[in-house]
Amino acid sequence: MAWPVAALPGHAPRGCALRPVTMPNDLVVLRPEGLYCPAGDFYIDPWRPVERAVLTHAHSDHARRGSAHYLAHADSAGTLRNRLGADITLQTLAYGEAITHQGVTVSLHPAGHVLGSAQVRIEHEGQVWVASGDYKLEDDGTCPPFEPVRCHTFITESTFGLPIYRWPAQPVLFADINAWWAANAAAGKASVLYAYAFGKAQRLLHGVDSHIGPIVVHGAVEPLNAVYRAAGVPLTPTHRVTDPQLTKTDLRRALVIAPPSAAGTPWLKRFGEHSDAFASGWMLVRGARRRRGVDRGFVMSDHADWPGLQKAIGATGAERIIVTHGSTEVMVRWLCEQGLDAQVFATEYGGDDNEDDTDAAAEQPASATAAEAAP
Amino acid sequence: MKQFAALFQALDATTAQSAKLAALVAYLRVAAPGDAAWAVYFLAGGKPRQMVPTKRLKALAQQAAGLPEWLFDESYEAVGDLAETIALLLPPPAAPADVPLAEWMAQLLPLRALPPDEADAHLRAQWNMLAPEQRLVYFKLITGNFRVGVSRLQVTQALATVSGVDAKRIAHRLMGYTQIGRQPQTADYAALVAPAEGDAGQPTDGAAGHPYPFFLAHPFSQPVADMPPLLGPVTDWQVEWKWDGIRAQVVRRAGAVWVWSRGEELVTDRFPELASAALQGLPDGTVIDGEILVWLPGEPAPRPFADLQKRLGRKTLTPKLLRELPVVLVAYDLLEHAGQDVREQPQQARRAHLEALLQPPSTTIGETPAVALRPSPLLQGADWQDLARQREAARSLGTEGFMLKHRHAHYGVGRTKDVGVWWKWKIDPMSVDAVLIYAQRGHGRRASLYTDYTFAVWNGPPDDANRQLVPFAKAYSGLTDAEIAQVDAIIRKTTRESFGPVRSVEATQVFELGFEGIARSPRHKSGIAVRFPRMLRWRQDKPVAEADTLQTLAALLPESSA
Repeated sequence: MAWPVAALPGHAPRGCALRPVTMPNDLVVLRPEGLYCPAGDFYIDPWRPVERAVLTHAHSDHARRGSAHYLAHADSAGTLRNRLGADITLQTLAYGEAITHQGVTVSLHPAGHVLGSAQVRIEHEGQVWVASGDYKLEDDGTCPPFEPVRCHTFITESTFGLPIYRWPAQPVLFADINAWWAANAAAGKASVLYAYAFGKAQRLLHGVDSHIGPIVVHGAVEPLNAVYRAAGVPLTPTHRVTDPQLTKTDLRRALVIAPPSAAGTPWLKRFGEHSDAFASGWMLVRGARRRRGVDRGFVMSDHADWPGLQKAIGATGAERIIVTHGSTEVMVRWLCEQGLDAQVFATEYGGDDNEDDTDAAAEQPASATAAEAAP
Repeated sequence: MKQFAALFQALDATTAQSAKLAALVAYLRVAAPGDAAWAVYFLAGGKPRQMVPTKRLKALAQQAAGLPEWLFDESYEAVGDLAETIALLLPPPAAPADVPLAEWMAQLLPLRALPPDEADAHLRAQWNMLAPEQRLVYFKLITGNFRVGVSRLQVTQALATVSGVDAKRIAHRLMGYTQIGRQPQTADYAALVAPAEGDAGQPTDGAAGHPYPFFLAHPFSQPVADMPPLLGPVTDWQVEWKWDGIRAQVVRRAGAVWVWSRGEELVTDRFPELASAALQGLPDGTVIDGEILVWLPGEPAPRPFADLQKRLGRKTLTPKLLRELPVVLVAYDLLEHAGQDVREQPQQARRAHLEALLQPPSTTIGETPAVALRPSPLLQGADWQDLARQREAARSLGTEGFMLKHRHAHYGVGRTKDVGVWWKWKIDPMSVDAVLIYAQRGHGRRASLYTDYTFAVWNGPPDDANRQLVPFAKAYSGLTDAEIAQVDAIIRKTTRESFGPVRSVEATQVFELGFEGIARSPRHKSGIAVRFPRMLRWRQDKPVAEADTLQTLAALLPESSA
């Protein structure tokens, strides 16, 4: 949900002229179906079925069913076919590879969000626009890191668009997670870590110290691990809970990675008394952590933090910024005060400003296999 | 401070009560007594007098973070805690150093008295010495809002564990420990955990006015028909009105009087008539538990709580105010008699002593004696049905219902049931159906969710085309987490305007609002103020047009003010 910034009392953006949301020659405009490129007659991450859809990544608030033709990065193909249907018409590109459609040049560039995530660069008659989908700046090792692309207009997310959001460096984060796991393992308790199945879970599997104990993943996570492994991303070996090699003692030393929807399900019963934690950028704030009701909150996000958003926006050299989701009003007002021309596109990405890293809304109910569901 | 910050993090990092207790015990075992003295003070709910005005602290932090005010405010809205917001926004420290908690307090407390410029310079230098994880705790020392999911009971248990002293005795020693303005020292902590010998339950820290822990009641909400099997014969119980004032203890010792509120603040100065009545009317070695009420001579019932608030609100008590709003202590119980702790005597024995000490109670409320100390009148009933009938008069007397105290109950510590039980048998709250019109985000674990609501009723009947919604109460409790999430989503979708942190929303949602009292109030737009409003039910079945009106509210006003 976004409000036109000018409607908020006390908001008098200085750098921003009050003008219509869309100008005559804009390369991307807002339509009820999604972000639309009139010159090229295609949509970017549309939320309704359309003829041609360019997708930034395969999280389900950005990649939706029912469009006739899809264009996405090659590494997204597996997940997209999985989620949108094996028979979708899908064309893929490598990063930096350009195609031209109706005189509009389209290319994809790393966004560093999840495997296959891309910024969409659109060039037409000397104008360059970039729609970045979701992104983060820190290189997490599971996908090519974010690459700034120079452009005239940059379309950005603002999921964590408040200056309180500053992420710990990845080594510090993993040291914390490892210490928690090791302490639980020493006490004979399993460590259940809730993380979104696509992206966050693989980042954990890439970064944790696998010497502490065995790692068990939920049935909703393993298919995505396979996609990452197939793309050549090194992930530490994982077990399914049904694995006959795992003894009761093993389970009590295990790190268990499960989607948040697995909380409170019978699937967890076989781990007995355990410590639980949640990995998300929202965990930076104590109130959010307490609301989750888990023992620990680890600050880990696949979105840019506040300094990251500022850095990314600055690096594009863009003078016009369009904010699509998250703390849109705050970001627009801030950018306007910095002398940029900023505005909001009210999209259907993410949820509301409290929605976790977009995939929260999208997470399928944790469908453990029948064998696993029995306690 | 490193140790204390680590304790804070350990307490914060677990939801398990046993783990919290273990963390507390581990800290108290290793902490220097001077640090432990402050740690106990804060964790048990102590809050020092404001060291730096919040507004200046905010401005200073905003400046240091290099942010415009609106962005700082937006951040605060999302975090819901000022200390945490500042800790999250400040740039990293230039020169981290570890300074013990007691030393921090010694540096912070004098800031009150310094000129603003000087105090600001100290603050800047201080937070530049603190690692980020210590900053949250440091700012909480200043803002005083120290909630970390630890109850006073757990602090008591931890102290009992490290000292080997019975937890009830610790609870007694802790009375008054968290008083505002108090500066606990090494010796105070030593007194808390000293061996029990020679203590005999008497004042431990040299303060002759030391109070006892209050005994608290449990709600009783079973139907009347179930009362005989649950409670036994009515004659086993001492029945009193549940008065709506300030619960207090009057301590008369060593030729002086102390009046303590239930919040363990010393309020002797606020109620000089009680102090002088106790000084003249009670012998040394007497401690009485009762309720402070504004009650005018000759009137059948006490004045509403709002009048008591007027007494509390004034800085100086003028003769006029004392004359117009005199207070009395309606005495419930006797805790100390002739210098002896009598809390382990049966309720009826304590009551007998109490009546002997004070004037005999009036048999009906109508004949209120003009004395400032008076026993709470007892009610007699043939059976529970009979009492239930009598209880219907509660509201007209300005009470919340009945207290039921077993005749053999001891006076326990806190909300315990092991040595006897007190029940509060309250009447159902008054209620109206009201419309949600403004919302604000909550604090703590409800931060960033819209949980604090303002409700309105119509100022005219349904056939009045020009009628409007008039705000009359704020409420933030009564909904489940799932309901909060739904209402939050509706608020975001139906926002009309934002005024700073407040959103006005389209009038679409009706809630049944319950409250305990209602009075005229010129300070409210509606002209009416209600006491303890909370949401009883979300009336998703009810259209906004069918919400109640100001007339419905006015009909609930007590006759004297209607």
